[in-house]
Amino acid sequence: MDTTDALALPKTHYLNAEYGIKSWLLTTDHKRIAILYLVSITVFFAVGALFAGLIRFELLTPPGDVVSDDTYNKLFTMHGIVMIFLFLIPSIPAVFGNFLVPMMIGARDLAFPKINLLSWYVYVAGAIFTLVAIMAGGVDTGWTFYTPFSTTASNSNVLTAAIGVFIAGFSSILTGLNFIVTIHRMRAPGMTWMKMPLFLWATYATALINVLGTPVLAITLLLVAVERAFHLGIFNPAYGGDPLLFQHLFWFYSHPAVYIMILPSMGVVSELIAAFTRHRVFGYKVVAFSSLAIAVFGFLVWGHHMFVAGISMYSAMIFSVLSFLVAIPSAIKVFNWTATLYKGSIALEAPMLYALGFIGLFTIGGLTGLFVATLGVDVHVTDTYFVVAHFHYIMVGGALMGYLGAMHYWWPKITGRLYSEVWGKLAALTVFLGFNLTFFPQFVLGYLGMPRRYHAYPPEFQALNVLSTAGATILGIGYLMPMAYLLLSLKYGKPAGPNPWRATGLEWQTPSPPPTFNFDRTPIVTKPAYSYESEEVELG
Amino acid sequence: MADVASPHEPPTSHATETPHAPLEPHLMHHFDDMEQQREASTLGMWVFLITEVLFFGGLFTAYMVYRVWYPTTFGVASRQLNIYSGAGMTVVLITSSLTMAMAVHAAAHGRRTRIMGFLGLTLILGVIFVGLKFMEYYHEYLDHHIPGHGFQIEGADPNNAQIFFSLYFTMTGLHALHMLIGFGILITMIVMAWRNYFSERWHTPVEISGLYWHFVDIIWIFLFPLLYLIDRHK
Repeated sequence: MDTTDALALPKTHYLNAEYGIKSWLLTTDHKRIAILYLVSITVFFAVGALFAGLIRFELLTPPGDVVSDDTYNKLFTMHGIVMIFLFLIPSIPAVFGNFLVPMMIGARDLAFPKINLLSWYVYVAGAIFTLVAIMAGGVDTGWTFYTPFSTTASNSNVLTAAIGVFIAGFSSILTGLNFIVTIHRMRAPGMTWMKMPLFLWATYATALINVLGTPVLAITLLLVAVERAFHLGIFNPAYGGDPLLFQHLFWFYSHPAVYIMILPSMGVVSELIAAFTRHRVFGYKVVAFSSLAIAVFGFLVWGHHMFVAGISMYSAMIFSVLSFLVAIPSAIKVFNWTATLYKGSIALEAPMLYALGFIGLFTIGGLTGLFVATLGVDVHVTDTYFVVAHFHYIMVGGALMGYLGAMHYWWPKITGRLYSEVWGKLAALTVFLGFNLTFFPQFVLGYLGMPRRYHAYPPEFQALNVLSTAGATILGIGYLMPMAYLLLSLKYGKPAGPNPWRATGLEWQTPSPPPTFNFDRTPIVTKPAYSYESEEVELG
Repeated sequence: MADVASPHEPPTSHATETPHAPLEPHLMHHFDDMEQQREASTLGMWVFLITEVLFFGGLFTAYMVYRVWYPTTFGVASRQLNIYSGAGMTVVLITSSLTMAMAVHAAAHGRRTRIMGFLGLTLILGVIFVGLKFMEYYHEYLDHHIPGHGFQIEGADPNNAQIFFSLYFTMTGLHALHMLIGFGILITMIVMAWRNYFSERWHTPVEISGLYWHFVDIIWIFLFPLLYLIDRHK
């Protein structure tokens, strides 16, 4: 390829193929829908982060002096609902999955472009219900909507929020369905399953969870909603109903939902590690199947959220053992990424910093997961900050680091522009430092016995809480930095050329930004993914 | 600069036009051929039906738990339902599955009037089913079987019996909602057939509508014995 081509943006691409608000709101182009998602989930990330900021501000001092206990209940509930259902679950699949799945398999679009657009509107409808619930005064049940509090006792906007989450769930079902069908039926000639990039394996495994788990959440929240609205008695102990049944049904989805959040990030990390070590990912097949294994095991461990809720000793033991099993495919991934680094030509660009950060933080989050999967230890740390720290290491240290890594890696492909690499590295370091300062003290706090979900705490916990709040401030700055330099790059960034990272993968063989139908000619795939060793990849 | 025409650019830009000539009138731009389009649509419907299994699965789980906990009450409550109406609805619905299958068969042979006729029959049978269902709801209302303050039942714990009726209304209500969605699909298919949209080459929409319709029937095949028949052998 001629380098003069590389330095200019292509004349016509998906961003300038059509103009006007209608060309965006009625688009069926998977790349434009990805951007619609990107904008909307960024808004909700900001909303969720605002709630987190208020929580950390309250916890700066031991007495509950900034907000009332009722308000605090609503703050952590809305933080959870917004971050989980409106940011983390759609994040990588709806933005990068949407953009990349067709490009990586060499297709012109997803199998059902209109359903893809519909999924965004469904997401927006769910988000509006949730916003209305927030505006009308919030919800105080925790993001878990536990019965019978949510169905009979709480006087906050449970119904509106539950309907919001119910609706948003269908958006992820539709996205998952689209990915499954697309990956099965739309692969370019030669793109066999074992030649697919690992991001696709991870996205496929995630889509399976979306499709199998989300309907159960939907029916559970529907039952909560009708029970609250029409006084039916399915989970109500007054009628002989069982609140534990609610927890079983809720966690049957909501534990796998953790893997909906982390698996796509694992897929991203596989791409990043390969591109920035210029190596084929060590043990490609095992890493691919470990994604499916995580999806399958993820459905068998929900009981570990209920160890102290009154399930029988025997089922608790079985759930404990099964929870340990999840560590195996997770560890396989971590070891294989590390092995890929060995003797690789490692380039510490900004996306790679996020990938390396992911590996370290995910390892801490995963290992502390073994602590809480152990029955005796779990009794000690249940409902303490240890659990809060553990799942934030997975969801922020893991899922969000992967999201930011993906954002930096594919930004030049999505926009056609390069961002400032110096600022990128600086932001990655800031996020890493801020994150650890926020959440590591919470492990200690939880081990010392500080319970979660209270707005006041004994004075001896203050020093660690101040550290945590300071960390949250740094983390906030770390999130604002990319927002600034990425947006500035849209105007001032240098044209990226088709392949700025000299990476393999079909998405890099088409101009940046790509044309509306991705490829001028349907590509024919002859080499496996990440064949960095077999040839010197063309300079983009 | 981008505005200077580069000699390296491909002669035509495919950004705004379909990349292949539309040889088939029903082939959408992003599929390579009709076979791929048909397979994708069918797989999509099967995956959707799997989500439906899980959706109703939550309800069946709840039913199972409470049936095991309160077998006597569930038996008494189940006997309150009108078995003749329930059996009649089952016959109507199974017959509608037959007419749906006939419609799919007619579509495979490109016989337009027969498609419309059988889909119309299916629709009429479906409407009869939902009509009977709402008649039943009305009688439950008259008999004070609606969960809530006015709930009454003889010979069983009224609290546990409310769980039975909560499940009864939720399960049959969601099933009826699926029937109503099915009506919308049937009407769409009839209109499409009337506009001569289907041919022997392309009739997948009728086929996957059939899958949906049969699935909704199967849900009822489970609901009928679980709700109406569990205590009739005594």
